[in-house]
Amino acid sequence: MTTTPTRMKKLINAAGDVVPDGLAGLAAAYPDLLSVDVEHRVVLRSAGPTRGNVALVSGGGSGHEPLHAGYVGTGMLTAVCPGEIFTSPVPDQIERATRAADGGAGVLHIIKNYTGDVLNFEMAAELVAGEIEVASVVTNDDVSVEDSLYTAGRRGVGVTVLVEKIAGAAAESGASLAEVEAIARRVNEQGRSMGLALTSCVVPSAGTPTFELADDEVEVGIGIHGEPGRQRRKLASVDEMAEWLVSPIVADLSLTRGQTVLALVNGMGGTPLIELYIAFASVAKILSGLGIGIARNLVGNYITSLEMAGFSVTLLRLDDELVRLWDAPVHTPALRWGM
Amino acid sequence: MLDLVDGWLVHSAERIHAEADALTRLDQAIGDGDHGANLDRGFTAILATVEAGRPSGEGVEAAAERLHAAGRTLISTVGGASGPLYGSALLRAAAAIRSAASEVSKAELVVLGLEAAGEGVSALGHATVGEKTMLDALMPAAEAARDALDGGGDVAGVASAAADAADAGAVATIPMLATKGRASYLGERSIGHQDPGATSAALILRALADALVD
Repeated sequence: MTTTPTRMKKLINAAGDVVPDGLAGLAAAYPDLLSVDVEHRVVLRSAGPTRGNVALVSGGGSGHEPLHAGYVGTGMLTAVCPGEIFTSPVPDQIERATRAADGGAGVLHIIKNYTGDVLNFEMAAELVAGEIEVASVVTNDDVSVEDSLYTAGRRGVGVTVLVEKIAGAAAESGASLAEVEAIARRVNEQGRSMGLALTSCVVPSAGTPTFELADDEVEVGIGIHGEPGRQRRKLASVDEMAEWLVSPIVADLSLTRGQTVLALVNGMGGTPLIELYIAFASVAKILSGLGIGIARNLVGNYITSLEMAGFSVTLLRLDDELVRLWDAPVHTPALRWGM
Repeated sequence: MLDLVDGWLVHSAERIHAEADALTRLDQAIGDGDHGANLDRGFTAILATVEAGRPSGEGVEAAAERLHAAGRTLISTVGGASGPLYGSALLRAAAAIRSAASEVSKAELVVLGLEAAGEGVSALGHATVGEKTMLDALMPAAEAARDALDGGGDVAGVASAAADAADAGAVATIPMLATKGRASYLGERSIGHQDPGATSAALILRALADALVD
């Protein structure tokens, strides 16, 4: 791995203050939506939990914005606990978010499948055991990782956004903890993702790019932490690169002619929207050729990896209930419709 | 025993701080580039608790309390997988020395602590040796420490055997294929890089040997 020094050029005050400074900014920008505890790193809906409703708590490393704090609000998450950049939150912090979010009907933890996130959320659940009913769903939608004895399992990536929206709608409608958990699991089971990177990204505390890519190379099968992917390939047209991502997803989900999906074309943080639109056109063309309909879509930066350039594709097989919950009103900093 | 634990924690904090950038560079190669910064944050927090004063208990009990508090500090400040894993290792070591018989030697306490730490990490991480993780330094270190003890070694001999085995164990991760943790996502591409977790474990065990030279 090359370590060519590249000067870090970021809009930050100090490398160690990125997370608290970012939270202070969120608090200043969305006082009507969010109540932000910068010291303890917990973001809660400004109105607090809705009594009698299941609460949704998520969290993970920072650097994936708008995930997760950008999805706190009516119809989506109740509270989140952002960790350091690319580092899972600690158990005390998750415990605090869980207690703040609880409205008396139980709390669903939405966890992306990374060893650290899973361990810390498990420890937090133990800290509130007997006091708050906690269920958890671990997202693991990344088809670039083989789910086998030889890996830590598939990573949780783009489908996490869809789980948070759809399970959030179920919780808002008054569904029970078991029902909200079942919906969240169904979204995870029916959704798959894969991504590629055109560039790496710079973790502020490291100060240099996590990896180096030549001008004509892309990393295929990346996660969301600037980590290298499964393989390195030569840059190709976006039509071709979209095919690299869509084909494994379609195969893994066993999508067949006549089925409909929600298609998320997600930017990794450093790719302009016009390129994401081009990528979406490629994805739409490929799916149309397979007779798979796109009933709903989302194009933009929804789960990112700092300033990494590149994109990921997430496809979620839809049914009537999932469409209804997706369409339900939502009002958060990063997703808003119907209200 | 408290003096040894405190000396070890202080030397660990110094070694981790000095090597934080190197650990981060290893993590950039096969992980996400934050291992050095995260551990440095945790051990700096431990240093503050050591400097704040001694635990209430006496003898081995004081040492166990210190280890337990240090474990809690790592769990609540490091995050990621390494926080819970190293934190649990210290909690297990604390419990192991606390429940040891009163006549047990310092050297044997170190061995019992190391064995419990390795078992704790293995249980929590569902991992074993050969998977390119911190266990590839911890497990050989515990075995070498036990062998040194059985061979009549004193506490300094036990600690230096553990540190040497951990160093060798960390280097031995270079040709390994990672099958646990973040590096496992790289598949074959994880081969050829030294595991950052095994490397930090070796640094921490070298600090134990340092503490006995003072």
